[in-house]
Amino acid sequence: MHVLLPRTLEEALEMKASAPPAVPIAGGTDLMVELNFDRTRPQAIMEISRLPELNVWRRENGTFSLGAGVPYSRIVRDLTEFRPLVEASRTVGSPQIRNRGTVGGNLGTSSPAGDALPVLAAYDAEVVLAKAGGKIRRLPFAQFMTGPKKNALAPDELILGTRWKVVRGPGSFSKIGTRNAMVIALASLCLVLDEDGRSVRVALGSVGPTILRAPDAESFAARAMETAGVWRDPFGPLPTRVIEEFGERVAAAAKPIDDVRGTAAYRRHACAVLAQRALRWALDDRKLTGAR
Amino acid sequence: MLIKARINDEWREADVWPGASLLFFLRETLGLVGSKNACEQGECGSCSVWLDGELVCSCLVLAAQAHGHEVRTVEALATDDRLHPVQEAFIQTGAVQCGFCTPGLIVAVADLLEHDPRPSETIIREALAGNLCRCTGYAKIIDAVKIAAGRMQK
Repeated sequence: MHVLLPRTLEEALEMKASAPPAVPIAGGTDLMVELNFDRTRPQAIMEISRLPELNVWRRENGTFSLGAGVPYSRIVRDLTEFRPLVEASRTVGSPQIRNRGTVGGNLGTSSPAGDALPVLAAYDAEVVLAKAGGKIRRLPFAQFMTGPKKNALAPDELILGTRWKVVRGPGSFSKIGTRNAMVIALASLCLVLDEDGRSVRVALGSVGPTILRAPDAESFAARAMETAGVWRDPFGPLPTRVIEEFGERVAAAAKPIDDVRGTAAYRRHACAVLAQRALRWALDDRKLTGAR
Repeated sequence: MLIKARINDEWREADVWPGASLLFFLRETLGLVGSKNACEQGECGSCSVWLDGELVCSCLVLAAQAHGHEVRTVEALATDDRLHPVQEAFIQTGAVQCGFCTPGLIVAVADLLEHDPRPSETIIREALAGNLCRCTGYAKIIDAVKIAAGRMQK
């Protein structure tokens, strides 16, 4: 085994092109466990945690780009305008883990329990991939993550970051597990309201082979809010039954399995509860902000 | 591979297997055994150190990632015969039982108090969520944090 220490993204991509088996390491919170327990012995590891090009974010023309190497603790501290992302980041591991772990790592590992992933799915984010020669590929999140720990990253590519169109409206991330910290989600949910598009977006983690959206529940809630006039008037009454049915429809979108952390039935139930809470929070937030 | 890092204000270098963790480098190569090796998966916090001033689990850092960088360990907290206020507070409250988690907790508490000199109990609990103790039930540890915070402000 050998360790590659590129100083720039360009160098890293050239090394990736010439030695495709090099496994990138940034926060190490996944890869080091595999190494420590002798589960993997890659031919080469490429240290990318300090590549300046991955440690940045940028706003332009209504979109936000987040570098793959920004650790969760910086997101919590500096990106407060993205509340669901901050809430998800704060549930990642512990302070020690958040100081190292990155969204790029969640994307690279592509675990259905990756805390940032439901947020990226609900943001309709793209994943930005790069390879030598300045070649950039942008994939919608749903096309990037293809299965549990499976994604569309090519052997000669690195994950540059992720990019989404900034939407106006409330949103949240919530997660069920046995503790408030150091816990792998049993079920997680991100809900985002898009005030301008008058749409509701919901994404589920840990209840399927990939992150799942709930399109039927999304359009149901958006229509019900239209019918009740809630998009125009945040104080307009939305029947309780709508919130309950929204929960049921979100739960129906889940594809959970029984595993060591919980049963499929519990997970499906959790999805309904999380969805109802998230919609209520969003509706309450709109009352406070006047849906601005 | 040859790793050279500034450990507790002193440049140290040694040859390690390229896949070795920073924790292995500290304990097995440099003989700094204050940082403990327990879970090796970032769950327990016993190996907590500072890497370039950030609190990290040294078992999750590749030794090569510390090459050319600054590492501070629990060994750096006491000066000559004087313990760090956090260490003194742990002794005073009986926050140490078997003692295995103690170095990691001391480092995590010192890190917390560097960032937040007057933490609430909620903040203390969140800050120490990554450090497991199987003996104390945490009550004495939290008492120690409050005492240390009070002393360090004086």
